[in-house]
Amino acid sequence: MAMTMTQKILATHAGLEEVRAGQLIEAELDLMLGNDVTTPVAVNELERAGVTSLHAPEKTVFVLDHFTPNKDIRSAEHCGQVRAFAKKHGVRHFYDVGRMGIEHALLPEQGLVVPGDAVIGADSHTCTYGALGAFSTGVGSTDLAAGLATGKAWFKVPGAVQVVLTGSFQPHVSGKDVILELIGRIGVDGALYRSLEFTGPAIAGISMDSRLAIANMAIECGAKNGIFPVDDLTLAYVKSRARRDWRIFGADEDAVYDEVIEIDLGTLRPTVAFPHLPSNTRTVDDLEAKGECISLDQVVIGSCTNGRLEDLRIAAALMKGRVVAGDLRCVIIPATQQIWLEALREGLLEIFIEAGAAVSTPTCGPCLGGHMGILAAGGRAVATTNRNFVGRMGHPESEVYLAGPAVAAESAIQGYIAQPKV
Amino acid sequence: MTIQGTVHQYADNVDTDVIIPARYLNTADPGELAKHCMEDIDADFVRRVRPGDIIAARQNFGCGSSREHAPLAIKAAGISLVIARSFARIFFRNALNIGLPILECPRADEINAGDELRVDLSAGLIENLTQGTAYEAEPFPPFLRDIIEKGGLMEAIRGS
Repeated sequence: MAMTMTQKILATHAGLEEVRAGQLIEAELDLMLGNDVTTPVAVNELERAGVTSLHAPEKTVFVLDHFTPNKDIRSAEHCGQVRAFAKKHGVRHFYDVGRMGIEHALLPEQGLVVPGDAVIGADSHTCTYGALGAFSTGVGSTDLAAGLATGKAWFKVPGAVQVVLTGSFQPHVSGKDVILELIGRIGVDGALYRSLEFTGPAIAGISMDSRLAIANMAIECGAKNGIFPVDDLTLAYVKSRARRDWRIFGADEDAVYDEVIEIDLGTLRPTVAFPHLPSNTRTVDDLEAKGECISLDQVVIGSCTNGRLEDLRIAAALMKGRVVAGDLRCVIIPATQQIWLEALREGLLEIFIEAGAAVSTPTCGPCLGGHMGILAAGGRAVATTNRNFVGRMGHPESEVYLAGPAVAAESAIQGYIAQPKV
Repeated sequence: MTIQGTVHQYADNVDTDVIIPARYLNTADPGELAKHCMEDIDADFVRRVRPGDIIAARQNFGCGSSREHAPLAIKAAGISLVIARSFARIFFRNALNIGLPILECPRADEINAGDELRVDLSAGLIENLTQGTAYEAEPFPPFLRDIIEKGGLMEAIRGS
């Protein structure tokens, strides 16, 4: 029976010739990820269950990225617990402040995840690695604990939504606009329990950073994972980084999809998701046409969605020689130490600082309302992050508007949601 | 196992950020988390909820972040069961993994706030004592029933 790319990866990891949608399987895992919020709960579960050793410390990654550098005593205690556990059990890939980055930018960058992998992470945006042609999905802490103990996880094999990408981007449009357009069309549960399988002639022209941004938000329409085919661009990215062999899977030509959606990149315009769902999308054209002015208190450029070098380059190109609007705070967070260093070397950080923006060390921070830019009641932000739920960036009466780096940068300059035109 | 309780009713897409806001994720203690459960969409929930009460919601309950703190907070607040038309997949796994009973029911929209329900969990039968109606929930496959019966994933692993 014909299989999708996701189904093929799952079948191989379950030791099966074939799988079909709806089947329950147990898959061998190549990598297991936890962070400073989710790992303590997993550690407690392991200790409660009396598990004394990890199945595969070499396949285990812990990244302290959410409330770091620690924002308060309790988060410092959580990080201390993870640090001690990692040391005791010989966790191979442990990333602490000074060497860490936001997990879903860090793992691909460091070559820890490779095409063909099956990965679980106790963080919902673990689906990011689909950009590399891996099956990766977010789970909770107990699933992580079980994976750490056994090296395996159970899955219900997903059906799939095929997303066919055609055309090429207009200026100031990037991966974020693709995924916002998709979520806007199908809704926040439009791909619930299923995989998003991206395909089509446009993919060759979509950068790895944009592919990572697209796969990152697969969860925001309920998908189990979002996956891209492996092409020359993927291999160029992987070859210089990979620490293991990889394996290339592709969908069967006659694979069956529950639904096929086509997106012509050439028709996409800079897009914003209004509060309080990522599916509440509008184009900036539409705002301009209706004369709507959404004034802003803060702009955040960063996160596991859009804190990569391409995003910082886009923002810097628009902010060069200009200054952030008077009453607005602009916080820019390069997603990893490596990206920070490259942004420094390219002069991007200088542009940001001269524009009056704050540049932070890597952290998830404001994206989840943790620290480094929390909003008060009535506060309004444009963020290149991935969620705009009630209270996501602070007070339940604050508002988050999601956008790509170009809209975020232009909006920081203008003080309201603005169209990048330069 | 039979559960009887009063309903707290919510709409579509209740996300894990409102079930337990990230500002409280600097603790993993279920009792502490429970004090802030639903705070951002229903500030009165924690004062209103009684042990054994039931949450009934519509589509995509528990969407967003993978934080297991969300079902932990709901369970520790005293909720005995969550019924929804559909659950976001990570929340679905997390709830079963920590032993918080959930049921997917296509007719969940018919349940109102304050309704008294009697639920036979193993049969998946929901009786609405207030409305005098009954609904059937989607049955779980045997593999998941085993996790539920053993009280969670770690218990199921330990048993196997």
